[in-house]
Amino acid sequence: MDYRFETPVDVSTRLRDVDYLSDEAIAGVVFLADRLGKPILVEGPAGTGKTQLAKSVAEILGARLIRLQCYEGLDESKALYEWNYKKQLLRIQAERNSDSSWEDIETDIFSDEFLLTRPLLEAILAEDPVVLLIDEVDRVEVETEALLLEILSDYQVSIPELGTIAARQIPMVFLTSNNTRELSEALKRRCLFLHIDYPDMEREKEIVLTKIPEITESLADQVARIVRSIRQLELKKSPSVSETLDWARTLLLLGVDSVTEADAIETLNILLKYQSDITKASKELQGDSGAKRPGVPRTS
Amino acid sequence: MTSTEVPSSPMLELLSGFIVELRASGLPVSLTENLDAMEAITHIPIENRSAFKYALAATLVKNNSHWRAFETVFEVYFSLRGSEYSLGDGGDDLPEITEDDEAPMNPDAGGAGAGGAGEAMSPEQMAEMLFQAMRNGDDGLMRALARQAVTRFAGMEPGRPVGGTYYLYRTLRNLDLDGVLERLMEEAQEQSPSPLTQLEERLERDEFESRIDRMKKEIEAEIRRRLVADRGVEAMAKTLRKPLPEDVDFMHANREELVSLRKAMYPLTRKLAVRLARKRRHGRKGPLDFRATVRQSLSYGGVPADPRFRYPRPSKPEIFVVADISGSVAAFARFTLQLVYAISGQFSRVRSFVFIDGIDEVTRFFEGVEDISVAIHRVNTEADVVWVDGHSDYGHAFEVFWEKYGREISPKTTVLILGDARNNYHASQSWVIKEMSKKARHVYWLNPEPKAYWDTGDSIVSDYGAHTDGVFECRNLRQLEKFVDILE
Repeated sequence: MDYRFETPVDVSTRLRDVDYLSDEAIAGVVFLADRLGKPILVEGPAGTGKTQLAKSVAEILGARLIRLQCYEGLDESKALYEWNYKKQLLRIQAERNSDSSWEDIETDIFSDEFLLTRPLLEAILAEDPVVLLIDEVDRVEVETEALLLEILSDYQVSIPELGTIAARQIPMVFLTSNNTRELSEALKRRCLFLHIDYPDMEREKEIVLTKIPEITESLADQVARIVRSIRQLELKKSPSVSETLDWARTLLLLGVDSVTEADAIETLNILLKYQSDITKASKELQGDSGAKRPGVPRTS
Repeated sequence: MTSTEVPSSPMLELLSGFIVELRASGLPVSLTENLDAMEAITHIPIENRSAFKYALAATLVKNNSHWRAFETVFEVYFSLRGSEYSLGDGGDDLPEITEDDEAPMNPDAGGAGAGGAGEAMSPEQMAEMLFQAMRNGDDGLMRALARQAVTRFAGMEPGRPVGGTYYLYRTLRNLDLDGVLERLMEEAQEQSPSPLTQLEERLERDEFESRIDRMKKEIEAEIRRRLVADRGVEAMAKTLRKPLPEDVDFMHANREELVSLRKAMYPLTRKLAVRLARKRRHGRKGPLDFRATVRQSLSYGGVPADPRFRYPRPSKPEIFVVADISGSVAAFARFTLQLVYAISGQFSRVRSFVFIDGIDEVTRFFEGVEDISVAIHRVNTEADVVWVDGHSDYGHAFEVFWEKYGREISPKTTVLILGDARNNYHASQSWVIKEMSKKARHVYWLNPEPKAYWDTGDSIVSDYGAHTDGVFECRNLRQLEKFVDILE
């Protein structure tokens, strides 16, 4: 079998070409997933580019992205396949007047033509290269998780009426999780595990520079430093990378070249989404003595 | 796929030792994962240490809170080893001696070369170099200095069975990193054309602090490398073995462990909230949804084979937390209060009560508080929980609770009682619990004591427990999680 990537470095250069800045862990795990033919379970705080990773990998491979969004109550008929009852009924009705036997009809109505493929089956049947993204897998119930096991370990789907359908190629599979519950051991065992955390300052600065080309280097540097500083506080919700980017864009629109305390505090609501977090962060940024100095606007 | 090459046998041996140690540290490494790891490393250039590390991590560590444990074991097993890390006299491994202060600043000077310069340095020169390294964020120089500092200050002796912490302390004490930080900040102030604003000062400080952190890590790694070289991999790994965050005992957690506990607790309360919310929606079925049933029946040729129901109206659960905060469970109490705080962020109706021998409602302290430590401080200082002598009296506390708040318990209420039920031989008044569980939806008791100690001495947990929906041993996050799982 041909491998998709030469080395981990190859992965990271190609990801960089599509504006996704990876780090060693990300590149290494994507590389391994390709070599070992295993799915990747991506976990981490919201807004750190878990879903984007799958999209970017699809982009560099020129593959079609098939996405299964998980939610509570997701079942076989939404994830795997479903028989097209209506069409089957029509078929039976249409056959009523002809003299074909019941066996004929039965084999007929349980054929590919009456099968509605859902994302998982679609990924298995695909002839062209595909990347399968199973998003927010922690949202389905533990029982439903078992649905995924066959496809994740053997890349096949069993349909009672048709038998087992094996994949024509091994697709790259990404599962993302926000860790709202512990996933089952069986699922974890079948996957490579990748935890994506908030990027360190250097990488965040690079991300800002890549995604917002018109920003100056010094502003990007300042943005990344302030965000790092804010993330060290104990907050309900730390700013994510996407919020950093929004903030940087806002500062750019406001024509700020160098962030002052006042600028930072006025625009904090873009970075933080809870009032208590905003209050806390603005207090911290001003510093205790800073709050007493005249000329520094206070927020309350 | 190509057939898997078997790694060379010394590597295989090291790796299997590594996995045994991971299991000993509590990580659930299955056979499949073990095999995956073996296969993974055949695809990775062995000389690339970090790629090797991530390959092992991706296949063996499936829970982010286990990362620290993994990293420690990894550092011990796959740290750079060799004679230069022996504990013998530090002079022979760094033969290159220069007096020139400027040499290490030369960007060409690699780690080892720069380290050599340290030999003949006076402490002042060394401090100066440390300052330079910190100011410029020069990793090579930091590493060299870390080696130098450990050789000079740690006073490591071969074969001495102490942990690395002691050596780390000795080294850091001599380096005075706090002083360096202050000097860096002063210099930053002087060099800036206008006085630094609060924000700038803060950012500068953050930057320097992160560099100093890096320096500390270098020193730690250096000490570990030397200890491993001296005492062997297995012994060292055993010394460093620490419980995973979910196995840390609440009652005996140290500061650092408490921090990691708090981090691990947040997802747990979210889980708890998600769990209760889900039960609320799917627990029972609502009335028949006629319209949806008819539509569904079309798929079956008009036969209503699959009746549809409306979602039931979600009921809002109400939670009463009643916690003992007396001395015997003080460590647990602090944790409990954090739990209460976290829960109250997830549910609209949480009321909390604390008691020793008197009882007081403390819900108000948690409202609109952004900092949990402020809330805890207020609970500990302002709550009126002492009635006579400040020794636990569950009986009296429960009696007062029933009198004051008992009628507010409704069939929607879930009562969580947290405590060790060590009643100092007072009257138990367990009828309160009995009445409570008649009125409330559920009453659960979480006990931070090991099960073996229950009902010994003045503990009367069974007296109370008999009337609750269950008493649970709750000494670590794993047990708390188990409780959350069986909830409802």
